[in-house]
Amino acid sequence: MRYLPLTDGDRREMLAAIGVGSVDDLFVDVPQEARRDRPVELPEHLGEMEVEHAFAAMAARNLSAADVPSFLGAGAYGHHVPAAVDHLIQRGEFLTSYTPYQPEVSQGTLAYLFEFQTQVALITGMEVANASLYDGATACAEAVTMAARITKRKKVVLSGGLHPHYREVTETMTRFLGIEMAAAEPDWRGGEDLASGVDDGTACVVVQNPAFFGHLTDFTPLADACHAAGALLVVVVTEVVSLGAVRPPGEMGADIVAVEGQSLGNALNFGGPTVGVLAARQKHLRQMPGRLVGETTDVDGRRGFVLTLSTREQHIRREKATSNICTNAGLCALAFTIHLTLLGEVGFARLAALNHARAVRLADRLAGIDGIDVVNDTFFNEFTVRLPKPALAVVDALADRKILGGVPVARLIPGRAELEPLLLVAVTEANTEAHIDALTAALREVL
Amino acid sequence: MADVDATLTGNRGLALEEAVIFEQDSPGLSGVDLPEPGPGNDRLGGLGRTGAIGLPGLSEPQVVRHYLRLSRMNYGIDSGLYPLGSCTMKYNPRLNERLARLPGLGGLHPLQPTSTVHGALELIDTCAHWLKVLTGMPGITMAPAAGAHGELVGLMTIRAALEARGDARKRVLVPESAHGTNPASAHACGYAVETIAANVRGRVDVGALKAKLDVDVAAIMLTNPNTCGLFETDIIEIADAVHDAGAFFYCDGANFNAIVGRVRPGDLGIDCMHLNLHKTFSTPHGGGGPGSGPVVLSAPLVPYAPLPVVERRGDGFALVEHAGDSSAHPLGRVKGFHGQFGMFVRALAYMMSLGSDGLKQVAEDAVLNANYLLACLKDTLSVPFEGPCMHEVLFDDSFLKDTGVTTLDFAKAMIDEGFHPMTMYFPLVVHGALLMEPTETESKATLDQFIRTVKGLAERARAGDARHFKEAPRLTPRRRLDETAAARNPVLVWRPPPAQAAE
Ligand SMILES: Cc1ncc(COP(=O)(O)O)c(C=O)c1O
Repeated sequence: MRYLPLTDGDRREMLAAIGVGSVDDLFVDVPQEARRDRPVELPEHLGEMEVEHAFAAMAARNLSAADVPSFLGAGAYGHHVPAAVDHLIQRGEFLTSYTPYQPEVSQGTLAYLFEFQTQVALITGMEVANASLYDGATACAEAVTMAARITKRKKVVLSGGLHPHYREVTETMTRFLGIEMAAAEPDWRGGEDLASGVDDGTACVVVQNPAFFGHLTDFTPLADACHAAGALLVVVVTEVVSLGAVRPPGEMGADIVAVEGQSLGNALNFGGPTVGVLAARQKHLRQMPGRLVGETTDVDGRRGFVLTLSTREQHIRREKATSNICTNAGLCALAFTIHLTLLGEVGFARLAALNHARAVRLADRLAGIDGIDVVNDTFFNEFTVRLPKPALAVVDALADRKILGGVPVARLIPGRAELEPLLLVAVTEANTEAHIDALTAALREVL
Repeated sequence: MADVDATLTGNRGLALEEAVIFEQDSPGLSGVDLPEPGPGNDRLGGLGRTGAIGLPGLSEPQVVRHYLRLSRMNYGIDSGLYPLGSCTMKYNPRLNERLARLPGLGGLHPLQPTSTVHGALELIDTCAHWLKVLTGMPGITMAPAAGAHGELVGLMTIRAALEARGDARKRVLVPESAHGTNPASAHACGYAVETIAANVRGRVDVGALKAKLDVDVAAIMLTNPNTCGLFETDIIEIADAVHDAGAFFYCDGANFNAIVGRVRPGDLGIDCMHLNLHKTFSTPHGGGGPGSGPVVLSAPLVPYAPLPVVERRGDGFALVEHAGDSSAHPLGRVKGFHGQFGMFVRALAYMMSLGSDGLKQVAEDAVLNANYLLACLKDTLSVPFEGPCMHEVLFDDSFLKDTGVTTLDFAKAMIDEGFHPMTMYFPLVVHGALLMEPTETESKATLDQFIRTVKGLAERARAGDARHFKEAPRLTPRRRLDETAAARNPVLVWRPPPAQAAE
């Protein structure tokens, strides 16, 4: 068995050194009732080739968004990831290390997390960021509990433009904490009024930019309304590339920003793993969840990095910790950081501009098709269209033509007649002119 | 340190210094060539970015060299023995990485029509099947993103089941040896945490446990094998007592590697257990994630599992994403999309590679390796609890008494010898804990070298050479770092040095 280095001879010698006759003697503490004399009912071991064949067969039963024209978004985006990213994250020293508890042998991890935190703070316009959370949805839930701790209040207002998964995860994760959640109706036209729901019991308002339905909002007046009432504004960003073109939440008065970073460096992976991250104002640092990397010096006076402010964390504070998180999304954060480093100032802005230009082009093309109504006035790289038929059926018909045409809103918010014709269409730099032609032609056929 | 080795660059041969990217900025450079967006009006509604972001510009070769140099300042499992107890730092097969990157798996969008992802649903279902058979449990949720997330989701499932029967319990019992995530998860689920003491054998004190069990206890969270590396011998009696009190039995499955393929937790009376796929099932730790923490469930808990759920329908699969009108799945979602799919690919590849025979061998070799360390080191170090141990072995610091050397110093000296240190100061039940978990993927030769090293260092400590330990490590890219200063004046983002900022 290729992963096991002990030989039978080794095993005999080691048992002798231990002073037992067989390995069973090492399992004597297992209660008699639970000892088994035969292996579990599963197949026996396989060689590398056989395993590859089995996985190739499963992969072949999927239509890969990477292989066909795909306009799927809704919180997961198919961007082009430069080859260097995937090469570097597979370096054994990155891939096979653990949380950098021993800083002297983890300066590599600590340095890239410091770069990650800095990049996140820069693009969100915030002062500090943590070293990652599981994903955008759980980051949103953490932002809400963080806001409740800071304000010592229990009421939370969720925008109708918030991604439905983020809303559900936030509701679930705070459900047993006495937090009172007011979720607005799906705001597919944009322009909802949230400020009037803020009072002196409100911990925070959670909004998303661009919204789930694609539109962009200046949240400055809402931030002002929140702050006047002593509440915080949490801004969610599910498409991190938008920050290369759109005014960042930090410039709109956000207090906490919850980001899904998948778009940078990370493949779609059927939705996981991805990388969540929280950015915040410096004054709220001690209420942040998750790991934080800080700069310091070593005994020889050289700059180095360490995990810091761990007195917020579970391994020190146990039930009094700011979060239970331990393992987070280190390697996905590394992929994010390498991709963003490759892009740099100029490349990040250009990538965003390119996404937006392609989306504008497709929106204009779709607006020219009879029966299709582009709902959004504003958007970044994703917008909502209203179709003359239920979007679920249209998407299935497009899939039959090997085109992944978008995400029907009803897939995420079922059971509402007015949402059934709505389709979310996302466009990235990976969508060619030929993709756009293919989608418009196929839509003309199926509508 | 003597300056005889000083160089002009600060580099030392193959040990290369590296500045952060912000200090390597050549404004205007980019490592990605993208086409011009072309002319046209924007639809940003006046919300376009104004002003620079502040990201540095680097070309591709500079970026590759930068991250390669950083990687060389890290120690990984691929570098050498990484006996970090409780973390199961075993070899991460490269086949798994290749398979996770197949376009038909890694390239799938989570919201494609279900009809286009039957292979992916089959993969999730197959992975779930293996995990259920290995644990002997009827149900599973694949949604949680890591072990701690699994703990929280498991407790929420328990709480939902209790509330459905109108039973509002308030407390969760957690042994003092438990990992910090256990009490933190209980708290995040709105429960009060009560600690149970350990007995002199390093196990839960069953008497103390029973005394605390009453109608207000929702669950016990027990790690088995526990964090002292010991099997909880009274586990069946504990399970019975917990169930008699109307509570649920949560088991922290972080240490499943000790028993995988040999003992099924379902035979021990547990209700709920997370599995860290990044421990037992070889998915990479990645410098602290991503992980994956599926939770296996007993029959009474299955209806309360969170969403989504993959179901077999005829010869195909369905992805249940909404509770619909039924009362099942009252919790809803705990994470975006469908769990850590990329980790399921790796874990399943690992399980199929080893099979039922190999996984059993994994547990046996993991336990054998740990007991070999125990046997060879028990006269040198101090052993708080009698063996045999399971997959990891716990020592305390009494062997360092009066030497002036602490557990931390000892760990730092191991770094100079080319080993990653063991887990230090955890679990909290012994003084100055040193918890060593070699895993099954280490050879006897490596263990022998490790044993010789630990013995040599212990001898040196006892011989009064405390200075050797206090000054360690000497041979790393950075030596001991000032953590107090880091916390007192937190610098969490890079800022241009004042001179540059003034320009
Ligand atoms: C015993 C134990 N329980 C729980 C956890 C938490 O698991 P994770 O880091 O995957 O969240 C760990 C991991 O360090 C552990 O060792």
